[in-house]
Amino acid sequence: MALTTTPRRSGTSPDGEQVDAGAAVRAASTGRVGSRVFAGLSTGAGVLILLTLAAVAVFLVIRAWPALTASSEELGDISWFNGDSVAEYVGPLIFGTLLASVLALLIAVPVSVGIALFISHYAPRRLAQSLGYLIDLLAAIPSVVYGLWGALWLLGVVDPFFEWLSGALGFIPLFADYQAPAKNILSASIVLAVMILPIITAVSREVFLQTPRLHEEASLALGATRWEMVRQAVLPFGRSGVISASMLGLGRALGETMAVLMVISPGFLYSFHLLQPGQHQTIAANIASKFPEASGLSVSALIATGLALFVITFAVNFVARWIIARRAEFSGAN
Amino acid sequence: MKLSPRNRLGAVALTGALALTLAACSSGGNAEEPAGTAGSGDEAPAELSGSLAGAGASSQEKAVAGWIAGFNEQYPDVSVSYDAVGSGGGREQFLAGAVQFAGSDAALKEEELTQAEERCVGGEAVELPLYISPIAVVYNLPDVDAENINMSAATIAKVFNREITTWNDPAIAAENPDVELPAIDIIPVNRSDESGTTENFTEYLAAASEGAWPHEPSGDWPISGGQSGQGTQGVIDTVTGAEGAIGYADASRAGDLGTVALKVGEEYVPFSAEAAAKVVDASPRAEGATENRLVVELDRTTTEAGAYPLVLISYHIACSVYEDQADADNVKAYLSYVASEAGQERAADPSVAGAAPISEDLRAEVQTAIDSITAG
Amino acid sequence: MAVDTAPAPATSLVDPAQGRLPRWATWAFLAGGVVAAFLLLLVLGNPTVAGVVGLGAVLYAVGATVASFVVEGRRRAVDRLATTLVTGAFLLALIPLVSLVLLVVTRGMTSFSWTFLTTDMVGIFGDMTEGGIAHAIVGTLLITFAAAVISVPIGLLTAIYLVEYGRGPLARAITFLVDVMTGIPSIVAGLFGFAVFTLALGPAFRAGIMGAVALSLLMTPVVIRSVEEMLRLVPNELREASYALGVPKWLTIVKVVLRTAAAGIVTGVMLAVARIIGETAPLLLTVGLVTQMNTSLFEGRMATLPVFAFRQYEQGGTGIDRAWAAALTLILIVMLLNLLARLISRWFAPKGAR
Repeated sequence: MALTTTPRRSGTSPDGEQVDAGAAVRAASTGRVGSRVFAGLSTGAGVLILLTLAAVAVFLVIRAWPALTASSEELGDISWFNGDSVAEYVGPLIFGTLLASVLALLIAVPVSVGIALFISHYAPRRLAQSLGYLIDLLAAIPSVVYGLWGALWLLGVVDPFFEWLSGALGFIPLFADYQAPAKNILSASIVLAVMILPIITAVSREVFLQTPRLHEEASLALGATRWEMVRQAVLPFGRSGVISASMLGLGRALGETMAVLMVISPGFLYSFHLLQPGQHQTIAANIASKFPEASGLSVSALIATGLALFVITFAVNFVARWIIARRAEFSGAN
Repeated sequence: MKLSPRNRLGAVALTGALALTLAACSSGGNAEEPAGTAGSGDEAPAELSGSLAGAGASSQEKAVAGWIAGFNEQYPDVSVSYDAVGSGGGREQFLAGAVQFAGSDAALKEEELTQAEERCVGGEAVELPLYISPIAVVYNLPDVDAENINMSAATIAKVFNREITTWNDPAIAAENPDVELPAIDIIPVNRSDESGTTENFTEYLAAASEGAWPHEPSGDWPISGGQSGQGTQGVIDTVTGAEGAIGYADASRAGDLGTVALKVGEEYVPFSAEAAAKVVDASPRAEGATENRLVVELDRTTTEAGAYPLVLISYHIACSVYEDQADADNVKAYLSYVASEAGQERAADPSVAGAAPISEDLRAEVQTAIDSITAG
Repeated sequence: MAVDTAPAPATSLVDPAQGRLPRWATWAFLAGGVVAAFLLLLVLGNPTVAGVVGLGAVLYAVGATVASFVVEGRRRAVDRLATTLVTGAFLLALIPLVSLVLLVVTRGMTSFSWTFLTTDMVGIFGDMTEGGIAHAIVGTLLITFAAAVISVPIGLLTAIYLVEYGRGPLARAITFLVDVMTGIPSIVAGLFGFAVFTLALGPAFRAGIMGAVALSLLMTPVVIRSVEEMLRLVPNELREASYALGVPKWLTIVKVVLRTAAAGIVTGVMLAVARIIGETAPLLLTVGLVTQMNTSLFEGRMATLPVFAFRQYEQGGTGIDRAWAAALTLILIVMLLNLLARLISRWFAPKGAR
């Protein structure tokens, strides 16, 4: 597969021919062929990555095409289809996906930064690494297990808290009218937050640990408290790292399926009622929920929503990398 | 027209066996003489072997698991699989020739019947209502001691349409004079995925609620903004999770939850296997049903005493003619077992699927249809 | 970190007139906060463990900060609050971890046994508590292995390209797109696998390889990233020494660079495997579930542990116990892979590489 495209790359670095010693002649001739083949192979693999990404887009478009071009009557025959076009159908789903991910990010980022600081600057040094592993364990847990945990444990635990929240702050529409069980978007976001916590923590921790020792000691030498040192030296240094980590987390939250599927009571509304059931659904969970019973045009419609998700995550990652690249140039971090 | 590789191979065999096919066609109206040519003796296909693949509705997944186990007690050499891909997927795979039989909560549609003729080498599809399952309306009211709460279809429709919002609403109280109903909110819970259960439930509400249910019957719940659960277990979990919740689910999974007795005629009928079987017998055949396609048009508004009209029928769909003798024999043996008393009893066991066994009359018809299956 | 162990340094610039809270004050406030929370909840209604701990933590933070503000001044109070919050964030993250592990272990142990690991689900129906996950384990291993077979060579070669050959716009584009590829949602990968194979082989086609292709889409960028990192760690002196001896570039890469980085690469690959082995959504869409063993990647559906766990949960009844036991097995496999990866990187790390 990798062999099909092998644009030759001119050897810019030392190749066999640079060595003229007689003993190396044989090695050089096999070397030249070998090098060429090897360079071709590895370049081919790289190009294959580009082709694969293109293929993802192309295949999704091909499979989604019948739904994208179908008339509203044809689409209306799909029992779960609301709206006149795929765009109309996917709108609330995109809204739900973004809302769930952003909420998850709002929960996860402060906690992650706290954990990362704890591990890098607060915990006893001997414990720090083990504590880091402990948080990494969260990343090793499969999503379906998070789903089980969310559905069978978390919903019961957050229920009294939501009850209280809705009672105390119910005058704000955001928190109005909580209805048990807690199968609402906030619960789903909490599960998502737990799932993206380890990645944000891991990246932030690495960045915090790279803070130049001199900056920290200078700050302390001036009589700063530990927190002041963190604020003056560590956080400014790590800011771009935290942003990039958050974007990674956002990307992951956008596409997470099982946890949302098993926790939320779905709905297709543009709604900010975080504690009400049946208001939101994410694209990924919607696909997983509808796909098993789907056939024909409804499969195409679902793949079309998947295409939308692909575009969104692509865009988020694209923007994230762009921001990071720019920031990296200026701050000199990493 | 799409032809899977398997079908394309089959097409070659098809032309070769044209004569047989024609014979099979002509025998359509005359079931007396099965068109089988080879020695496909009716009885004692003593040694069956090979594999038999089915796919389709997840509603009958549990029952099918029981049937496969029972079938393998008789024919240990046939490896039967059932892939719960959903009704639509099952029909699709069956028509594409990927599986020998399908399970489906709905009968084949018009255009699928034409496809079926091709898939069945000129024969027709056989549709058998072998899985009849009552759907229970379950509620979570731990403080109510009564065995059932009585509701008419109209009341249920209003509850799920959120017109009745508390348990002690006069409409419910009027139907339950002896029950002390709590003054708590009703939390309606529906299935969030597309399902035959939802389709049958909404069909029942639309037909029997005397206009109280304003929505079209659909496999997808028509109202948004409420609690729901993914799959049967999701519904049960959600109902269990909140006091005052009410939902609908396969009756065998009701567990400790309370169940609603439906108003039929002038009395209230709690779900039971017998009551579910009764409504099937009392219902007419659907338009276009034949001796092989025993499609039932459920009479949701029946007033027959002791019938429970909220049931789901899931069909076994097979071919009347198979290309391959072994396939025909295996399908025949398997379906015969499923339709048999032993098979139906097994599915009726509450620990298996809690289905309603089909009546003797229906069994006779089903068996006739199964006997007509041949290889062509 | 010189600051780690030392308590706050000399107080020279902190107003010397201010006093300091004694060391035991932290614990006193903690105990006080919890007791107060308990009493408060007792008055208001029913004190639950979660409520007491949560409210207690809040009361502690408020109490300690206020006391510190009064006694020690604003800067120390803020410092103390920050310490509390940072520690609190860590403890908060332990709640899901601990509850999850406890839940999976206690619920999973009810069905977990050797028989459970070595039987499949053929002939299991209704309330039967027998049955097991041998078929799902085999399916998971096969599909994951196939995914690794696809992604490791591609990932390895791409990483080599990026580190050893890549210059110019192509390399930049690849680096960028690998990053973007890391963000592909698993369900989209599943749809891709589904779309490719159903377009080519008809809508009803299902096979393990579909899942493997979908998973490899998720695995490849992870492999590239970790291998790339490892290759960059190989000191340039080694490469130059090799060139100086007349070894051609490709041999240098194979014999020197890859060999030096081998342990790191293996670790990276295993972590990548651990990352995808628990993926559920793509497999749900592509390979589905069966009750019996299927050892062919190219024909028919396959059972896998994550899908098995999900579907058993959906079945309810005794299935829920099986779901937890399957989840436990899955976590054990993932942990084992992680552990193995760490051990390999520790044992085989080249001596002078760090």
